[in-house]
Formats: sequence, structure tokens, C-alpha cells
Amino acid sequence: MLALDPLLENIKLFSVAFLIVIVKVIIIFVVGLVGTMLMVWFERKVISYMQNRIGPDKAGPKGLLQTLADGIKLFFKEDLIPEKSDRFVFKLAPYLAFVPAFLVWSVIPLGGDFSGGKDGTIKIGSYVTKMQLADPPIGVLLLLALSSIAVYGIMLAGWSSGSKYPLLGSVRASAQMVSYEAALGLSLATVILVAGTLSTSGIVFAQSSFTKWHVVATGVVPFLIFLIAATAELNRPPFDLVEAEQELVGGFNTEYSSIRFALFFLAEFMNTITMSGVIVTLFFGGPQPLPIAGNDNILSFLGPFSGTVWFLLKVLVFLYMYVWFRATLPRLRYDQLMNLGWKLMIPLALGWFMLLAAFRVGQDHGWNRAVVGVVCIVVMAACAWLLSLASKVSARNREREGAMF
Amino acid sequence: MELFVFIVAGAMVLGGAVGVILSKHPVHAALSLILTLFGVAVLFVAQQANFLAAVQVIVYAGAIVVLFLFVIMLLGVDNAENLRIEPFRIQRPLAAVVGAGIFGLVVAAIIVSREAETAVRGDGLEVTGADGAPLHDGNIKALARDLFSGHVLAFELTSVLLVIAVVGTVMLARKPRKGDFDGSAS
Repeated sequence: MLALDPLLENIKLFSVAFLIVIVKVIIIFVVGLVGTMLMVWFERKVISYMQNRIGPDKAGPKGLLQTLADGIKLFFKEDLIPEKSDRFVFKLAPYLAFVPAFLVWSVIPLGGDFSGGKDGTIKIGSYVTKMQLADPPIGVLLLLALSSIAVYGIMLAGWSSGSKYPLLGSVRASAQMVSYEAALGLSLATVILVAGTLSTSGIVFAQSSFTKWHVVATGVVPFLIFLIAATAELNRPPFDLVEAEQELVGGFNTEYSSIRFALFFLAEFMNTITMSGVIVTLFFGGPQPLPIAGNDNILSFLGPFSGTVWFLLKVLVFLYMYVWFRATLPRLRYDQLMNLGWKLMIPLALGWFMLLAAFRVGQDHGWNRAVVGVVCIVVMAACAWLLSLASKVSARNREREGAMF
Repeated sequence: MELFVFIVAGAMVLGGAVGVILSKHPVHAALSLILTLFGVAVLFVAQQANFLAAVQVIVYAGAIVVLFLFVIMLLGVDNAENLRIEPFRIQRPLAAVVGAGIFGLVVAAIIVSREAETAVRGDGLEVTGADGAPLHDGNIKALARDLFSGHVLAFELTSVLLVIAVVGTVMLARKPRKGDFDGSAS
């Protein structure tokens, strides 16, 4: 249990340290739920302003309590289980979608003091702890593991409904999520390569100045790939083919009602928030402040909370961006989605990873950077040419053969 | 505490394994398999092999069983198989032999390991950094060093084998067309 949290060393049951851990768990749970509630409101409100309408404004000030009202309504609706469904799996699926969404929160550093080479620990009285629930040595891999587990919720929900449209939705979902996971993992690998560690707080620690932020240090491309792949993993527009209303009624959750539907809904918005948090942690320095006009940390008057405020501000930017995506971008067609994933994102992520690795090796051996760069670009161009040639040949073959099925 | 974790994880592994065999429905069997894989991952964590646990979940639970389920769904194997139909006659006796063999191997391993000296309890693979301090993610560094220096040839050969398997599958699954076998090049 090394390095999970400094508090956990030599912990005793029912001691103050134990209490602090419990409080942290509760805070993260509550912040997750309330954050999701606000996110639903935020999305509905922003999207309605973008579409020149008012949006929810009746329940509470500016409609803030609308989500709560909807939640209560859903809770009291009748819980229907279709006749042809697989009852056990049907009941299990919403939890499989919901639990991973929550667990991701536990490894994201939500704040802390990383200034001047500090490792992000804070002090509560005489107790040293981190502003994250756990900091396992395999932090980032845990994120990947959870995002791969999240597939099951959608997949099994669609299958167990015993109905055609949800099944189509879930088959689409699993194909999409599995394909984009490769690109997600490969762009993540560049971050790990630059940071030299898998632990999330270590990754934040490595981004101590703006030029060391991984979005700059890895050269923007991995960030863009990660952003697109993450949007596809979340099944958010423009990649929401899983629940394309025009084609699939409601997608994988068509047969769900009442609180089970609410759980899917919650998991989806929760995932949006956590994925924004992951992007901020990996590429934008997490709680690290952004130096503006020579001032290292313009929020330093907030004391120990400045890290958390920085983190929240950065996450908000991405949340807004996701809403913006939804309001502006039309949905991709299924073949476009697969082409983008397999023929562009995965080769590009792989090539960029090799480029960074080559620079790393060159640095170790004292090679000339320019030569390494030119050689890499020549190799990558040759590979890209081969790949495009291969896909042209296969496209011609497909054209000649006609439809396969 | 360690015993408790072991009992719970062991129950998960065994329960999942029994579920895989006894489930009538292929999807339920696949779900039981996930339970087993998670149990194994928990056991890995208990042995401080964090990296192995993460990879176990990502690769097996996250990719391979997803593929199983994907195939089951696509083929629509919605009914339980009729167990009385036997496509290969020799399959069942052979399965019994292999099962007995594996059981024998496991028992032999237990017996051998009782005589071997007990492993020293520690934090998994101990690796020290440049300054002599223990590294927290020593597992990954030690594994990577071993894999990419001592066993690099085997590693690369495995990846080539996988590529060959993929290409072979694509070739086998292709629909034979008219004009494919009459010797005329396109």
C-alpha cells in the first residue's frame, strides 16, 4: 500500500487519520453527485443560450434545482422490466455503468500545493495527506482499466433488454469504445513517456511550469488525439451513435425507465466531468497555477485552496467545450467514425509516440536533434504513404466486389 | 487482513470459475469469467503486483471478454447449446485427460513449493533508484528492463505471431470471389 496516501501508513482503526480518510471519501462522493447535478443544469442552460432560447428557469434560482426535480420525478416513476429481458443482467448493467464513473474521481488530484517543487501534500493539523483519495503507483493505468470496464454497462444494458434497437446501440457502442481505447491509450503513453511516472500526482508534479505542461511538452497532437478519443469514449456528440435518436429510438437505454435510467444518465454526465478532470490532470497541469503577466499564481491569496480553484477553472473550460461540441457538431456516420479511429487516430498516435521516444533516445545518446527529427519525419511519411496506398487498394477492391453482406 | 482479502478473492475466482462452467447461457458464462479475472487481479494487488493487476483488468477484462461478448452478441447465440450433440467424438475424453493433467500439475506445484524455501515477504519487486531509495513503481521498471533486454527476442516474436494470427484470420474470413482461383491477376 505504499504511496497510496501518506496518511495510510501505520493507520489504526478509528483514529483521527482514519476519520480524515472517511471524510475524504464522503467529500469526493458528494462533490461527484453535486457536480453532476450542476453539470446537467450547466449543459441544458448553455445549450439553450446557444440555441437562442431560455432553458430551464422555473425550479429554483435560474433553474438550478431542475435536475433535482427531474431526479425525484424519475425516482417515483414505475420501474419497468421488459418481458424478454435477462432480468439479472438488466438490473446489473446500470451499476456497471455508474460505479466506474465514480471510481475515476478517486485518483485525480483535486488540489494541493505543487509550487516550488512540493509534492502536493497538504497538512491538516499534524496529518499530512494529499488532495486526492488515493495515489496508487499505477494511477493512469487505473483510469484506462476503469474506462475499459465502463463498456460493460452499455454493452450489457443493450443486450439484456431483449429488444432490437438497444442491441444495435450496444453493438455500436462496444465497437466504438474498443476502437477508440487504442488511440486513447497511445496518446496517454506519450504523457507517461514525458512525465516518467504512472502516478497521477507524479504527472501533475512533472508539469511545474507552462512549458512543461504536457500539452506543450508532448507537442499538442497527443492532446488533440486524447480529446477526440475521450469524446468517443464518452459517447458524447459528435460521437453519440450509441444513442442516435433518429436511427435507434433511444439507443442502449431505450427499455430502461425510472431510477435505472437515471443511473445511466448520471453515469454519462459524471463521466463527462471525470474525463475533463483527467484531461486537465494529464495535459494541463491539474492544480498547477498558470503564470499570468509575470505573476506565478494570481490566486495565491486563496492559500491552500488555490490549487483546487485552478483545477475547477480548467475543468470548467473543458465542460464548456463539451457542451459547445454538442451544440455545433453534427453526428458522424458509422463508417466515418471507424475510418477516423482506425486509419487516422491510431496510426497518428503511434507515430507521434515513436517520434517522442526517438527524441528521448537521441537525448540519452547525444545525437543531433535535427537529424533525429528529419529521419523520423521521413520514416513517418513513408509509413503514411504505405498506409494510404493500402487503404486505397482495399477501397478499390471493395468497390469492385460490391457490398459484402 | 491478508487472509480476509485472500478468502474473498479466492471465493471470487472459484465462484466465477464454477459459474463459467455451469452457466447455461454464454453471456452469463462470460460475466462469470470477468468475476474470476477480477478476483485474480485482487490477488495480484495483495501480492503488491500492482502493474500486473492493472494489466490484467485492462487486457483481459477490458478487451478480451469484451470481444467474447461482442462475438456472442453479433452471432446472436441467445439459446443454450444442446449438450447432447457432439461435433468431435474424442473431445470429451480428451477434456477429462487434460483436466486431470492440469489438476496434477497444480498439486505438484503446491507440493514442490512446500519444500522450497519460503519467499521473503516484501513490497513486490524491490528496485532502488539512483539515490538508493526504494521506488514506488519498481514493478514496472523491473518488468520493463527484464522484458526489453533479456527477453526482447521472445517479446518481438510474440508480437509477430499476433500479427500473423490477425492476417491469417482476415485471409480465412474473406469471402472467396469469382476469379480468385482461376489464376488471373487483377
